[in-house]
Amino acid sequence: MILVENLHKSFGSAHILKGISTCFDQGKTNLIIGQSGSGKTVFLKSLLGLFTPEEGKICYNDRTYSKLSNDEKMMLRQEMGMVFQGSALFDSMTIEQNVMFPLKMFSSMSKSEMKDRADIVLKRVNLPNAHKKFPAEASGGMQKRVAIARAIVNNPRYLFCDEPNSGLDPKTAILIDNLIQEITREYNITTVINTHDMNSVMEIGEKIVFLKDGYKAWEGSNKEVFKTDNKAVTDFVYSSELFKKVRKMYLENDQ
Amino acid sequence: MNYLEDIGRYFLMIGMVFKKPTKWTILKDLILKEVEELIFSSLGIVIFISFFIGGVVTIQTALNISNPLIPKYLVGFATRQSIILEFAPTFISIIMAGKVGSYITSSIGTMRVTEQIDALEVMGVNSINYLVFPKLIALATYPFLISIGMFFGILGGYVAGAFGGYSTSAEFIQGLQYDFLTFHVIYAFTKTFVFAFVLATIPSFHGYYMKGGALEVGKASTTAFVWTSIVIIILNFTLTQMLLG
Repeated sequence: MILVENLHKSFGSAHILKGISTCFDQGKTNLIIGQSGSGKTVFLKSLLGLFTPEEGKICYNDRTYSKLSNDEKMMLRQEMGMVFQGSALFDSMTIEQNVMFPLKMFSSMSKSEMKDRADIVLKRVNLPNAHKKFPAEASGGMQKRVAIARAIVNNPRYLFCDEPNSGLDPKTAILIDNLIQEITREYNITTVINTHDMNSVMEIGEKIVFLKDGYKAWEGSNKEVFKTDNKAVTDFVYSSELFKKVRKMYLENDQ
Repeated sequence: MNYLEDIGRYFLMIGMVFKKPTKWTILKDLILKEVEELIFSSLGIVIFISFFIGGVVTIQTALNISNPLIPKYLVGFATRQSIILEFAPTFISIIMAGKVGSYITSSIGTMRVTEQIDALEVMGVNSINYLVFPKLIALATYPFLISIGMFFGILGGYVAGAFGGYSTSAEFIQGLQYDFLTFHVIYAFTKTFVFAFVLATIPSFHGYYMKGGALEVGKASTTAFVWTSIVIIILNFTLTQMLLG
């Protein structure tokens, strides 16, 4: 579980996060949604410790991030997995080496044990035969799956994903969403996904935090998002005609 | 004010290079890779440039000695002094600031742009140590490259002098041996070590702290080359004054 209280972050005179408080539950896919420029990425990077907030606190279970020593922060980061928007795979390494990298860095496993573990996670993300390829030789969807494999290879307690299905075709995007949700349940981890993909919201949004201009404007689940009358949320989520119709049908069936 | 901030950040980065070191099993592979990328891949260009510059130094020295009272062996002497004291340590370092420096800045800068550095940080890796320390250790072998440059510079001078008719082989070799001071070699290698440190750290700094996209990677490489050259020139003057002045 990740608890966030009154988080503020500025860059110079630009006040990006304006007192965000929320809670991300363990074993659930938690989504952060909002328009471009609403502060989603800054929020996610603050959760990861890549940005230091000026005010507020972030607690990872019973550990308050700002009160940890540098060594404790490094230890905590080893419990985190991150899937970056552009995958952020290491160009000079093969897919297998990318997946084995966190193990090489922090585990005392032998090389064969590391290879076995890489095999297991690559199979888990449906990439059983891509070990020797370089990231440049893999498609966007494959790169995302490798990034997921690398993020989970160390059995993390927290998984963060920054727009994991951006730039992917709808079918691959759904596969990636489902894979993240399955992994979240299977490993019972706290997953936080930053997205503005409405399919993801409908499919896997067990908890949704909606940001607008640096404020938390709404939070709820993918069921509640159909029923909410919060104008900011409905304007954003139901901006397309298709989703307006989906909502109408849902509400009609619900009555 | 920005310059002061950058200088402060540069020294903080140097401090971080030696903190929370990467596992030796990973580090040794990284060091060997960097030795290959930074040192061995530069051998060809260093040999080529040194050989021909050595030849040009010899020809120009010989052509400018018109007084018959000046002995011909001074051509060899002047070539040796120019190559060992200045050309090999300083000018090859400036050439390397272009070749090796831009490689370092662009490779680290690209990792910054594509969030690979963020990925390292999120994993709990000290990314500065992981990226810069292997380069620093690899460039500790930089004097090897410079000694190759010295050898081929003098060889180029010998070939141009002896086969171009500017001095005899015996005169050139006599000049090479004339008034040889070991301290001059120590001075040259002292400079080389300092320049190696500059070559590893300034381009790394510009790559690591760059912001923006692909265009900015190119700009950062150019800025890194300019600043590395400036620092090398200033340190060259300072060390020469301290050690020889």
